[in-house]
Amino acid sequence: MDETRFNTPGEQRKIDSIAADILKNVRINRSFILWMGFLSTVLVLCLAAYVIQLREGLGVTGMRDFTSWGMYIANFVFFVATSLVGMLISSVLGLIGYQWVKPISRIAEIIAIAFAAVAGLVIISDMGRPDRLPYVFMYGRVQSPILWDVTVVTTYFVLSLLLWFFPMVPDLAISKSRLEGRPAFLVKAYDILSFRWEHHEVQYRIMKQAIRILLILIIPTAFAIHTVTSWLFAVTPRTGWDSTIFGPYFISGAFVSGTAALIIAIYFFRVNYKLQKYLTDDTFDKIARVLVLVSIVYFYFNLNEFLVPGYKLKTGDAIHLRELFTGHYAPLFWTIQLGGLIIPVILLLFKKMRRPLPMLIISLFVLCGAWLKRYIIVVPPQAHPNLPIQNVPVEWVIYKPTLIEIAVTVASIILVLIIITILSKLFPVIPIWEMAEEENEKDKPFDKQ
Amino acid sequence: MSKEKQGEDNGRPDLEKAVDNSRRDFLRKVTLAGAVTVTGGAAIYSGHRFEKAKHNEGMVRVLTEDNRLVEIPVEQMRDFKPDLKMLQTRGREGIAGRRWVMVIDLSRCRNARKCVEACQSAHQLRPYEYHINTLVMQESVNTPAFFMPKPCQHCDNPPCVSVCPVDATFKRQDGIVLIDNERYLVCRLCIAACPYSARIFHWQEPTQAEADKDKEYNVELNVPQKKGTVTKCLFSADRLREGMLPYCVSACPNGVFYFGDENEDAVTNGTTKETVRLSELLETSGAYRLMPELGTKPRVYYLPPRNRIFEFEEGEKKEYKEDKA
Repeated sequence: MDETRFNTPGEQRKIDSIAADILKNVRINRSFILWMGFLSTVLVLCLAAYVIQLREGLGVTGMRDFTSWGMYIANFVFFVATSLVGMLISSVLGLIGYQWVKPISRIAEIIAIAFAAVAGLVIISDMGRPDRLPYVFMYGRVQSPILWDVTVVTTYFVLSLLLWFFPMVPDLAISKSRLEGRPAFLVKAYDILSFRWEHHEVQYRIMKQAIRILLILIIPTAFAIHTVTSWLFAVTPRTGWDSTIFGPYFISGAFVSGTAALIIAIYFFRVNYKLQKYLTDDTFDKIARVLVLVSIVYFYFNLNEFLVPGYKLKTGDAIHLRELFTGHYAPLFWTIQLGGLIIPVILLLFKKMRRPLPMLIISLFVLCGAWLKRYIIVVPPQAHPNLPIQNVPVEWVIYKPTLIEIAVTVASIILVLIIITILSKLFPVIPIWEMAEEENEKDKPFDKQ
Repeated sequence: MSKEKQGEDNGRPDLEKAVDNSRRDFLRKVTLAGAVTVTGGAAIYSGHRFEKAKHNEGMVRVLTEDNRLVEIPVEQMRDFKPDLKMLQTRGREGIAGRRWVMVIDLSRCRNARKCVEACQSAHQLRPYEYHINTLVMQESVNTPAFFMPKPCQHCDNPPCVSVCPVDATFKRQDGIVLIDNERYLVCRLCIAACPYSARIFHWQEPTQAEADKDKEYNVELNVPQKKGTVTKCLFSADRLREGMLPYCVSACPNGVFYFGDENEDAVTNGTTKETVRLSELLETSGAYRLMPELGTKPRVYYLPPRNRIFEFEEGEKKEYKEDKA
């Protein structure tokens, strides 16, 4: 029982050096204050737009009776999609036993937490009457996909939060004595949140068990959140949404946008936090391969989603696909498919491109493409209902987002950045103890294990 | 017990038996007389009261909810003003024993748009907000165009009701799909789910919002309308409760609409007031429903635009401009 970890002088030295590398970023410095100040200012400005929407009603948006879901819902789908990366990295790849995910798994969880939390707020911004939100709990009906969505998104958020926090407890214990010069509240918070962790083997065993259970639980939850999100569309008899492969189509797309977001984040932490030693070129190479894999799967689903109805050309499908392939949405559609999916995959097949900087640029394209793809999925199918649109103002026919909608959407993105900034600036972004453990493994002679 | 009694009787002398019998008889008679007196007295008294009441106030005959005709004194009548709770309860239950159905004869429609106007004025809608809209339809380039009034189809398998997270839209026992805008959450999933584009949303303040501020909300009329809620055709559930035809049906000058009860197998034409057998009308005129392949089972039937009474004249296209607040 008395066996504890990291008590030999050699191990202590390792911990010291790793903790120094990682904790040097845990501080409230000028750039943090400036960055947060900038984000908050933009957020306040954008929230003013939301206040206008609250006062005036949804009439200030570009949505009307025919396209009654616009940018907000597209943004919601994108957020839920991107949050799935937490599950992909920590659970799928982690449970398989890949060691290279260890330094990036906490970053992946931070992305999951931020996007899942704000996704809930995005859906509220789309509601004309947020004051009636409690009705979902008071009068909820189980047959509605909205109810499933609310349930699984909150579950996923909580599980992600736990998966971020549990593995961090030993780090907090390691760090709390190494926080000279940081604000007192932070030291106090570390002290409380480390729950008197003493690096006992028993503690590690229990923690690893708990994490393992969470990692397994989060897989069906993550699949559920995005499948249910896709069902918001697929359960309606509307051409363009009425598809049986919407669940896997959305999930595979989610892995693409999530991985792209993760690459952007780890590039940022590598360069700004000077973590080249932990977020190595090899890490980037590995995750680029993951991006290629998930993109090819997504491409396969795209092929099914567009080519099969395109072959049959049923009346509604024909109108919808013509709009996408050659009509009003064609420029956007081809830009997304080529620039956000096909070209990135081809580029990433080359070793030269699987390096941090090219990957950052490619991932930015993929991420923007992923956002616009959600827009293409949500908006165009509504413009061509089964019965003609007649005797209404012309501006109702084609949806154009207004400045207010754009501002509120920007606010949600800013909010994501704020959450990521706080979580990554006040807490270690890379698991210190896992890095130390890994180095120990390396030092061990081969006869063990 | 009776056996025991008989045994006792058998053991007694005849005289005693006779006395006993007469005593019983006497008692029985007295009781009967008493009962008659009391009943008679009560009858006379109530008759007296009835006469008095008749002289003073008069009686009225009213039909109770379960279809009994009863007479009650006028003094017991009270002005009835349904409160919100009652409007909501009866609005959600619907009218027992009815299955409302609409038949639209496309051969008679000449786009007079009287149905649209009547509906819009009853439900406080703007000229470009529709519960019922007349659309120009053409099946293919070789087939002639025709006008098609399109209300909510009041599906028996309504996609909008399935997806609603809070039971704000619901199907009643009489077949009508209604919206409770006191409950409505504004997720607009129902709008997305409707294949007939039957639902509209109040993006702007409804026209009479200010005047109706204190009016009790009637779910069967969906008035007062509220900004940020959804609305659609209600088959004029408020009119049906009063035994009248829907607004659009009575407003049509061309006899396009039939409306009635599937259980009675009868529909009445709103213009001619002629009542016909529903099954016969559907069978003889080649009736169809919109998009039957979706399995929504609409309660609105269409009669094809054959042998049209009017030529198809589209007339001038009206431009609609959104009101700017």
